[in-house]
Amino acid sequence: MRGDRGFPVRLRFSKRGKVRFVSHRDLARGFERAFRISELPLAFTEGFNPRPKVSLGLALGVGHESDAEYLDLELAETIELETLASELSESLPVGVEVDGAVPLVPRAPALQKAITSVGYRIRPAMEPLDVDRAVERALTATEIQIETTRKGRPVVEDLRPGIRRLRVVDGAVEVELATQPRGIRPVELVGALRVLAGGARTDGEDRVLRTNQWIERDGARHEPLEADRAPRASDDARATSKGTPDDRGHDHPGTEPDPRPGERADGGHADTGPGDPRGAVLASPAH
Amino acid sequence: MTTDLRSDLWPRIEPLLHGVEKPARYIGMERGSQAPTHHPDRVSWLLVYPDTYEIGLPNQGLQILYEILNERDDAVAERSYAPWVDLEAEMRARALPLFSVDTHRDARAFDVLAFNLSAELVYTNVLNCIDLAGVAVRNEDRRDADPLIVAGGHCAFNPEPLAGYVDVFVIGDGEEVVGEVNEVIAAWKRSGKGDREGVLRELASVVGVYVPSMYEAHYDGSRLAGIEPRHPEIPPTVEKRTVADLADWPYPKNQLVPLIEVVHDRLNVEVFRGCTRGCRFCQAGMITRPVRERPEEQVRTMVRDGLRRTGYDEVALTSLSTADFSGIEGVVSDLVGCQDGTGGVGVALPSLRVDAFTVGIAAQIQKVRRTGLTFAPEAGTWRMRTVINKLITEEDLYAAVDGAYSNGWRRVKLYFLTGLPTETDEDTLGIAELAKNVVAVGRKHTKGASCTVSLGGFVPKAHTPFQWFGQNSVDELRRKIGLVRDATRRTGAQLKWHDPEATFAEGIVSRGDRRLGRVIERVWRAGGTFQEWSESFDLGRWLDAMAAEGLDPDWYVTRHRREDEPLPWDHISAGLHRDFLWQDWRASLDEHGLPDCRWTPCYDCGVCTGHGIEHVVAAAVAPAGGSQGTGQDLAVGGAVPVQFLGTTRVGGTPVRAGEVGRAR
Repeated sequence: MRGDRGFPVRLRFSKRGKVRFVSHRDLARGFERAFRISELPLAFTEGFNPRPKVSLGLALGVGHESDAEYLDLELAETIELETLASELSESLPVGVEVDGAVPLVPRAPALQKAITSVGYRIRPAMEPLDVDRAVERALTATEIQIETTRKGRPVVEDLRPGIRRLRVVDGAVEVELATQPRGIRPVELVGALRVLAGGARTDGEDRVLRTNQWIERDGARHEPLEADRAPRASDDARATSKGTPDDRGHDHPGTEPDPRPGERADGGHADTGPGDPRGAVLASPAH
Repeated sequence: MTTDLRSDLWPRIEPLLHGVEKPARYIGMERGSQAPTHHPDRVSWLLVYPDTYEIGLPNQGLQILYEILNERDDAVAERSYAPWVDLEAEMRARALPLFSVDTHRDARAFDVLAFNLSAELVYTNVLNCIDLAGVAVRNEDRRDADPLIVAGGHCAFNPEPLAGYVDVFVIGDGEEVVGEVNEVIAAWKRSGKGDREGVLRELASVVGVYVPSMYEAHYDGSRLAGIEPRHPEIPPTVEKRTVADLADWPYPKNQLVPLIEVVHDRLNVEVFRGCTRGCRFCQAGMITRPVRERPEEQVRTMVRDGLRRTGYDEVALTSLSTADFSGIEGVVSDLVGCQDGTGGVGVALPSLRVDAFTVGIAAQIQKVRRTGLTFAPEAGTWRMRTVINKLITEEDLYAAVDGAYSNGWRRVKLYFLTGLPTETDEDTLGIAELAKNVVAVGRKHTKGASCTVSLGGFVPKAHTPFQWFGQNSVDELRRKIGLVRDATRRTGAQLKWHDPEATFAEGIVSRGDRRLGRVIERVWRAGGTFQEWSESFDLGRWLDAMAAEGLDPDWYVTRHRREDEPLPWDHISAGLHRDFLWQDWRASLDEHGLPDCRWTPCYDCGVCTGHGIEHVVAAAVAPAGGSQGTGQDLAVGGAVPVQFLGTTRVGGTPVRAGEVGRAR
């Protein structure tokens, strides 16, 4: 069980530039090598073939960039988290930058289950006017049927309920998509927009940037670094090194509202949501 | 200084990548990669591996040259790999040239395009890459300032099929000669790249360099009569280059760590080069002599630093027959000894001989991680194995697999060749017999024991004792594979085999002469790239091309050669005396074995004496245990079950490996 013995940590990282063409799985292998290069004291599974306790969050499509990727790992001993980000970035592929590392409460829900919605900024290979028109139509539509495949089978699905917010900013589509019960892929959304714009398409690539991930609990959205962060006392690794791991975090409320605003300059992690009046905001249970 | 507008093609490449398979093949950025600064005073090399990125990236030869060149003040080197067909189509549609993965520089902007030739069937990809670079594919059509097309690697030991397409071949170890070649090209570059003929002539005088346009092929009717230099100062024979001491070349120092999964995706450390076991079918063993071991301490350092730098958790100790490395036990036990419950470091030994010692090593290794265990008896009967000089007794094999199954392996893999000289159906069926017995040995230990039999058709190679042998036809190979398939049904042995048609195409090129060039060009023009890939391979293209050129495939492939026939590679020397090879070929037909000269007296194959080099081995005796492939158990002595050839003395001086080998 996560965090029973070791010290769980959540990392946030960006994936920008050429490295966007590296798949989620290959990037995971890159992280494992980076952990070894930086001699991170990872906790390992027991048994004949020990594996490091590392779990990546939601997969990011090949070719997409991101400012908000997350990864959970478990350490066998505590270390100084302040310097971890820069040390790791040095060992990771160019374009992958770790910009946050926080201790987690024991048994924090796994990222894959905890994340409830994801924000993207998409530049579709479409004329700006077509983008505007498609988004307007999407916002007024009661359902948006798309043909897609699930587990290799063709299915028809309605995208509309999973679109939490949608607007156009400077020609880019900003969207928040629900990840549960199942995640909508950005390419599915763009495909739908293209149909809504009457099949419009220009030559080129739809560029996708993941801007945010959120964990929604009891009506409040949390940035994943903050959602299950261990209490401040254990922020400092030296403070926790005296106690046994099981001493930590007993009283930590897992659903504590965002205790600190996001640390990054763009401030996009606090639960403020996009505020541009130009884009209509679709009904969102959180607001 | 003018800006080279062609220097970065990334803005044109990037928009194409979202639509292609495995786009990360084309982005570079591997740990260990370099972004060298181009400069008019520096010769720029594009090192091209003519197959996919996943196959080409781990190639150690390419990585070694990449580092050595980039360490020089007068050179820069970048890398490229054959783009897969999806990207190639996009590139051709947009007139986008071949590019480097390091800085995405136009291939045409390099002074040299250097190809690694590790298999014959990649030759059509070589032409395709030259063409994608915007360079004329035939060397006679190139203009003065065009990039020089260079090639090296094992297949360069018969360069003739590409003689009309490659400007410069480099024969043998590249570490030293690449610098000498670079200096000649640097002078040419400084002079404004005017006189292409002049620089080629100069390169031809560098030892180890073959410039095919400086040589004329003569024919006697349809037969090759000989290949001779066009000018008196051009050497009639090109001698291979050999690095005398591997300790001077601890490369690669910064092994590339790819961002996507590739073959051999682990740290690779070469522990020795060369092999003198003398397997008669094995070109690598013949052309890389003599044995040069890396000092054990240097191996440890390279492993330790390499793991730390790359973050890999697996290391392969590479060489031919790796268990022959004097330091094998020490290095392996150190690696498996430092395990601490954190996954540890896996050790891979990709080339292992068959004996108990080997299994002992493997058993140590699998304490960390159980990898596959592969043995290569190569032939099904003892008679056949004396013909090919792979002197493994059945007892060796059964003891080895017994050790494997008792150590917990449930499946072993066995490699065999079929279509070998003098092979009878009894020999062929012996493969199935061995496999059956191996499974039976395994079932004593575990109920689910099985083995995989991998069966390849034999292709005779240049500079081996079998270079005179007529390869089996497609039908004959099919029939033999069928024999083994029928005999292994319901035995617990699973048979996999290589396509006999691909084996035939490889045979066309393997011993081809200059005339084969037009055939390769036709296959390429007909769309035949990626011929190593079964989905792209079509023997029909090769046969059509042969017919169009008026060449008889059987004359090249299935015909036995006579002793006095000039061979297309007679002017290329791997140091092996032709007499030695012929004598060994006759000995093979007489079912005579030949011992390993590392541990027995010299039989004067010609390599050491001709090149003034010698074995570099740390121990004068073979590592302990097993038969060591000599056919006898060296630990206990005893009768020699094979008749060895008499050994010769070199120049009146008795030479023993133990005396000439430098103790370290």
